[in-house]
Parts: sequence; C-alpha cells; structure tokens
Amino acid sequence: MSTAQAVSHFAISCEVNGTTVDRVVAVRQLLADFIREDLGLTGTHLGCEHGVCGACTVVLDGEAVRSCLALAVQADGRSITTIEGLSGDGLTSMQQAFRRAHALQCGFCTPGFIATLSVADPSDYHDEAGVRQLISGNLCRCTGYENIVAAVCEEWGIERS
Amino acid sequence: MIVTKAPPLPRLGKSLRRPDGMAKARGVFKFSSDLDEPGMLWGHLVRSPHPAARIAEIDISPARAMAGAAAVLLAGDVPGRPTYGLNYPDQPVFASDEVRHVGEVVAAVAADHPLTARRAAEAVAVRYEVGEPVTDPEVALRAAPVHPLGNVLAEQRVVRGDVAAEGDVVVEGYYETGMQDQAFLGTEAALAVPDGQGGIDIYVATQWLHIDQDQISASLGVPHDQVRVHLAGVGGSFGAREDLSMQIPLCLLALRTGRAVKMVFGREESFLGHVHRHPARMWYRHSADRSGRLVKVEARILLDGGAYLSSSPAVLSNVACFAAGPYRVPNAFVEATCARTNNPPCGAMRGFGSVQVCVAHEAQMDRLAAALGMDPIELRRRNALRPGDDLVTGQVLEGAVPVIELLEACSSAPLPPERHWETTEPGDLALPGGSGRAAEPLRVRRGVGVALGFKNIMFSCAFDDYSVARCRLEGGRVTITTAAAEVGQGLVTLLHQIAGEVLGTDEVVLAEASTVGIGSAGSTSASRQSVMTGGAVQAACQAVADAVLAATAARVGVPRASLQLAGGRVVSDDGCVDVPVAEAGALCGECFEETVTYQHAATAELDEKGQGDAHVAFVFSAHRAVVDVDVDLGLVKVVEMTTAQDVGRVLNPLQLVGQIEGGTSQGVGFAVMEELIVEHGRVRNPSFTDYAIPTALDMPPVRIAALVQEPQPGLPFGAKGAGEPPAISSTAAVLAAVRDATGVAVNRAPVHPPDIALALAPGTRAGQGDAGVTPS
Repeated sequence: MSTAQAVSHFAISCEVNGTTVDRVVAVRQLLADFIREDLGLTGTHLGCEHGVCGACTVVLDGEAVRSCLALAVQADGRSITTIEGLSGDGLTSMQQAFRRAHALQCGFCTPGFIATLSVADPSDYHDEAGVRQLISGNLCRCTGYENIVAAVCEEWGIERS
Repeated sequence: MIVTKAPPLPRLGKSLRRPDGMAKARGVFKFSSDLDEPGMLWGHLVRSPHPAARIAEIDISPARAMAGAAAVLLAGDVPGRPTYGLNYPDQPVFASDEVRHVGEVVAAVAADHPLTARRAAEAVAVRYEVGEPVTDPEVALRAAPVHPLGNVLAEQRVVRGDVAAEGDVVVEGYYETGMQDQAFLGTEAALAVPDGQGGIDIYVATQWLHIDQDQISASLGVPHDQVRVHLAGVGGSFGAREDLSMQIPLCLLALRTGRAVKMVFGREESFLGHVHRHPARMWYRHSADRSGRLVKVEARILLDGGAYLSSSPAVLSNVACFAAGPYRVPNAFVEATCARTNNPPCGAMRGFGSVQVCVAHEAQMDRLAAALGMDPIELRRRNALRPGDDLVTGQVLEGAVPVIELLEACSSAPLPPERHWETTEPGDLALPGGSGRAAEPLRVRRGVGVALGFKNIMFSCAFDDYSVARCRLEGGRVTITTAAAEVGQGLVTLLHQIAGEVLGTDEVVLAEASTVGIGSAGSTSASRQSVMTGGAVQAACQAVADAVLAATAARVGVPRASLQLAGGRVVSDDGCVDVPVAEAGALCGECFEETVTYQHAATAELDEKGQGDAHVAFVFSAHRAVVDVDVDLGLVKVVEMTTAQDVGRVLNPLQLVGQIEGGTSQGVGFAVMEELIVEHGRVRNPSFTDYAIPTALDMPPVRIAALVQEPQPGLPFGAKGAGEPPAISSTAAVLAAVRDATGVAVNRAPVHPPDIALALAPGTRAGQGDAGVTPS
C-alpha cells in the first residue's frame, strides 16, 4: 500500500490563445471544463463528453484534440488554441466560407469543425471523399454535412464530385 | 432546379446569410449552456433507475448535510400544481408515490459546484419497491393502469366509403419503426435567476417560450407575469425541447435558495430527459383493381407513448390522417391507438406521425406493385393525389398538390455510377461498412427506391394557433419583436427578409425573444414558424407601412388615395413621391409601432369516423435513395439521396435547401442506424457511441431534383413550412432501396445488419417473409 498522499490539485502553466495562464487545477478536471469554466472560453462546446461528437475540439500544440478526453493537467507546459484564439477579431477565411455556404444552422458543432480544419493541410486533400473523411470525427445534426463539405471544398479549391 | 410558378420579390427569394452566422462561426454565440451569473449555484436532478416502482421512502438528510449543498427539493416543495404537461398535466414535477419510467425526476438539488451537485443528487437515498413494468404497448391496452388516467393515451379511427369494398389484388404487411432520438448537439441547459421579489427570470433553450411560462407559473404558484422566460441559444431541437425538461425544478431551486442556479444535462441525461419519436407497430392491408387503382386501405397502428401524454394526441392524429399516404383512396378503415407504458415518454420529433406511417404505406405500395407486376413508380403515379382531391378524412386539398411532379422529378434524375469505389480514393470508404469493416466488393448489390410522403403544417384539429409580432419603425430603423424560438432553422433570417420586403430596407433588428411584453409566437414545430411568425411579422410591418403612407400623405399634403405601397416603397400616382417605406417613416419624424396577431384559417376536430377539415395546409415530398448493400454482412451504404419538395414559395434558397439536406440526413439515420434500444423499460444505448447518428461519411450527397414553387393560397407570400417533409419520405426511400438491392422484405426502420444478413443466410428463403421482426 502506498503511503504517498493523494495529490488532488496541481499547478499548471500553459499558453492559451497566446497568453500565459498559471492556474491550480483539480487533477481530475477535464481540459474542456478548465477551458469553459475556469477560463470562461465558452466557444468550446461539450456535446457528448466522451470523444464522439468533436464539438469540444481544440488545438493543443498544433494538433486537434478533443478537450473532453484530455485532462487539464495534460496542458501543462503546452499551448492551447480555442475557437476564440482561432478567430481573433474577425473571421478566418474558413469561417467566412462556413458563413457564406450556410454550413451552420444551430452552430453548436461549428467551433469543433473549425478547430479540426485549422490544423489540416489543404494540400493533403484533393477530393470531396478526403474532406468527408477529415471531418467525419465531427458530428453535425442540422446540416447533413452538404454545406460543410461545400464550404471546405470552396475554401480549399477542391472541385466537388 | 426550382420550378417557379410565382413572380419574384425584391428581397424574398434571395439567399440572405444568417444574421447570427458570424457569432456562431466565431464561437461567441451564447448557447444556454454558456450562461453564467456571479455566485450562481449548480442544479442536478435525481432520477428513477426503475421503470416501475413505488417510492417507499426518501431520505434527503445525507445530501442536505453535504458541504456545499444548498437545497434539496421533493414533491412536497412544489407550491403550485404538482404536475405538468404539454397537452394535459399528467406528469409529476417530482414523483412522490410511484415512478413510471427510468429517468423520471424524483428530487432536485443545488450546490456550489457542479460536481458537488452531482454527488448530492447521488446521496439522496430513495428506497424503491420495484414493480413489474408494462413495456409492450399491446399488453398495456389490457394491463392494469400504469397511471390513474389509464393506458390509452389517444385513439382515432378513420372510416371512409365502403369498408367492405375489396379489389382484385390484396397485399398485407406488418411494419415497425423504432424509437428515434432528436440527438441535437447542445444538451438541455438553463439558468434561472430570482428577482428577490418572488419572481424569476429563466434563460432556456426551448421551442415555445409561452407554453413553458404557463407550465412554470402553474407549478411555482407564481403569477404569470412574474415568470419571465427568455430564449437562450439553442443547439438544435427537432421536437425534443417542446416539452419541459428542467424548467420547473430549476426555478424552484432558484426561488428556494434566492440565488441564480444553472443546470446542464450531460449526454446520457439528455437521452433520458426528453421525449423521443414514438415507436410504431403497423398492420396494413391494401387492395387494388387490376389496373392498379387503390380500392381500399386498411390499417391498424399502435404507438408506444411511454409513461406520459406529452404531445401523443397530435402524433396519433397525424398517424390516422396520413396512414394511407398521398394517394387517392376511395375506401379506408384506419384504427390508430397510442398506449401508455413504462417506457420512456414519447412526443414531438420532426415529421411526427407521418414518418412512421410513411415507412408502412410506401412498403405497401411497393408490395402492391410487385403483386400487380407493375413498376412501383407507375403505381404511385396512377394513385397520386391531385389538386381538388380529398383525403381519407374527407378534407378537400386546396392549392398546390404537386405529387406527380415530385415523383417524376425524383425518379427521372440521373443515377450515380455503380462500383464507384473503383474510381474514388480511398475506395474502401465508399463501400458498405466503410474502412472499419469493408465489404467484399463482389458481394455488394445496388438498389434504388422511391418514396412519397406528406404532412400537415401548422397546428391542426381546431387548435387556437397564432403568433404575435411587433414592428417598430423609428428613424428609419426597424425593430421586430416576437417570442418565436430560433433553434437553428434560420427563422431569424426569414424575419429580416420579410420585414425588409414590406418596409423596403435592410436596416432590421430582431429583439431578443422572451415572454416579456409580447404575446406567444406558438411553437417552433410542425413546420409552422415561417408561416405563423413570418405572417405575423408581415402583417405588423404592413400595418406600419399603412401608417407611414397616411403620415406621408399628411406631411406632403396630398390625398391619401394618391399614394400606394409598392415593393416596399411609398409611391405617388404622379411619381413625385417614390421612397422606401422605412425612409418615408423617418422623414415623417414619428415613431410607428404596430402589434399584430396572425392566425391561420380555422380548422376542425376530426369526428369519430376521422372525418373533418382538420388541417390548414399540407406539404408533399419525394425521395429517391440509392444504396449499396453487402448481402453477407447486411451492411448498407447510402450512396445518394435525391429529393423534390413542395415548398409554396422559396423565401431563402440556401436555407431552404439546408433544411432539406438536414432533414434528409435525419431520415437516412433513422433508416439505417438510429434506434434507442429499450429493454425492460431501460434505454441501453444513451450515448453517442451507442446511439449513432450519421457522420459526413455516412451521409451521401443530397441532390435537389425539384423545389416546386406554387404559392399556397391563404399563406403569407404563399410559402409553406419546409422543415419536416425531408425527414418523412427519406427513411421510406432508403428502406425501399434496401429491399430492391437484396430482395429481403425489410419491414422496419431502422434496418439492422442481421435483418438483411440472416434473411439471406443459407437455408432461408429471402423475401418470402417479413425480415427483421414479426408481430407479437
């Protein structure tokens, strides 16, 4: 039996949307809850809490990560970009494409899609099938994906089949 | 393709982009789950783990004693009406003597942290005496009552013509549809803030603010005007937010603690905490003459309503009215019943009632075509409803009835290439089963199926259906106020366009939707808001335009009769005045404000034989599905969906098509993957892992073969609601395509792989019986 005292909290230091954040977090706290509740960045949405819907996707050190499957302590020493950081003051061209193509209705899933797309390299995608595969980890219940695919293809100059 | 039978309008008919699109794309749009209030508490509900049990004892002391817990509420803490419900209050706010379904709410807690609230809820000790649940709707009709009001939630017969008539060819079938979930992405969430004087503000994602207010007020025992319901950002609804979820317990917690309280359902709780699409069992008998003309349709339809009433009467009424499909049926006998069971409550979901019967009547039409040796498209064409026909309910169809046009547009569209996995990259993703369980290409068969569907729009059966809108024009700026719930469908865009159309301006602001200072807009359901709140906004803006015209005449010093309103402008006979209405209003230097209630034409109740003009308008739709099926694994890949829809008038093409694509995807999901599995009253798959909804790989391209634009007399701009039809005929079309591909008489939605694979396994006779299920 271990005699070590259980650690309940942990001090982390990470970069969030370009700003250094030092916080003490519960070791069991999810990254999603840290982002939403502790930092008040509510653009990251929780849709299923177990890594299926992709609504909570954020960028962690350049990779798309489901923040409901990561712990806040895992962000220690790393860089997080949320939808707020991806957007800046205006819209990225992908966000503009979403708006133009009516690729969002209720909009709950949109930040997750934008985060997933933000780290993809357009040169890896040559057709609609590849785009569909790329976004197949993000669920949308409103659009049937048609306009999301249209927005991405338009933005990346992919001819639709 | 838009088939246009209407002249264009200046602003309507254009693809204006959503006014909330920028905020939603940036992630700054506030959904109900994003709200907060300094010092707020977190609420959590205690739910029954049993489908049927007596509550012997509830001990709240361990929960109450927990550090951080602020309140624990039970049935005795409800000051007003102890029950609630959309149609009739048969559902307890908190169960006190017995529980009737898994997930029924027994208690509510508030605490200073969401985890503490959850732990406190777990600490509420409820001792149950577990009973035997009634989980089969057929058994329920004969069983001891599940509820004092009995086990028949609704019933309706339709008797038309000579029920003894019989055609030359008779086909019979049994069909089932499973329990579908709306599966919106934003789970239920709300924030309640007490005002310190006994009143309360609740910010909630809902479909109908005023009916929430009515029910909250009644149970709180707080006067109506002190319960203020505000629309918070809605992450999809599709029917699931028409009933209350947490509203009453949340407000009670806030009033008890005197503090703001927030509650958010997790995904599992969301599956337990809202109504679902009614599962249906349907026995059908069609007879026709040798030329294929329908002689009679008989149907017995049984819905499982679950433990409480919700909107079952409206669903059941649709089941009865639309059981025969969009066809000429001279003789009919339909017996539809909705039973109460200990299963999860069922209620509104996109296309309610019509979705279920469409699966059956379309399978019957295919079966009849086979029996006649006739092409199924030709059989439908021969029997399709035409303008001036009447339904089995005796109601004569007025206005557009483009059933044949829709059918022909869909069935004549070009077909996609076969074996497309050979030409796309990566090819295995195009095969049934995708990359995980790629099918054997040699064992994949292609199938094509077509289905027609229809449904009423707006509320029917003598319901007092209305919407209130206010238009204020001041300094050239238009402010529109309504209590209509934008749930993602794009009503906010249409209201902008409509106001702009009437007043000749793009400077339109929509006030936040709430119950404060404005009457009800009715529900965002039944494809009704474009017509109802669109109509109310049109009428309010028209009243303002009339007032501007009068004021302009006075200001300019010309007779009122010399000015007209044309295309959003005030125009004089001599051409000296020609100015947009909004600008003319600004020139008058006055503030114009009008509040108008829009009502659609009155409807009647159905009589005991199901006869009556129960509906105000109808929409028709057609889908053609193309599928590939691996016959050994039973895996279905939907390759393409083609659709045509009766739309009245296109107000915003991009949004309209968006609704059609989204509705079609929900229909595809229901055909091949979506089912809440309920065993012994327990939902076995309340997660997005186990309740699968279509991904971008499951969803094929949706081709629009035709939007038939024939303005409907009596509706504002002639536009029909558009949200539900795509969810109706899509499911039936996919099942028809699966039957075509496999020869298996698939008779249920969704079709599961074993239904196909086992029916085709060696030693079975494919297509000889009903695959999937047999009647109990």
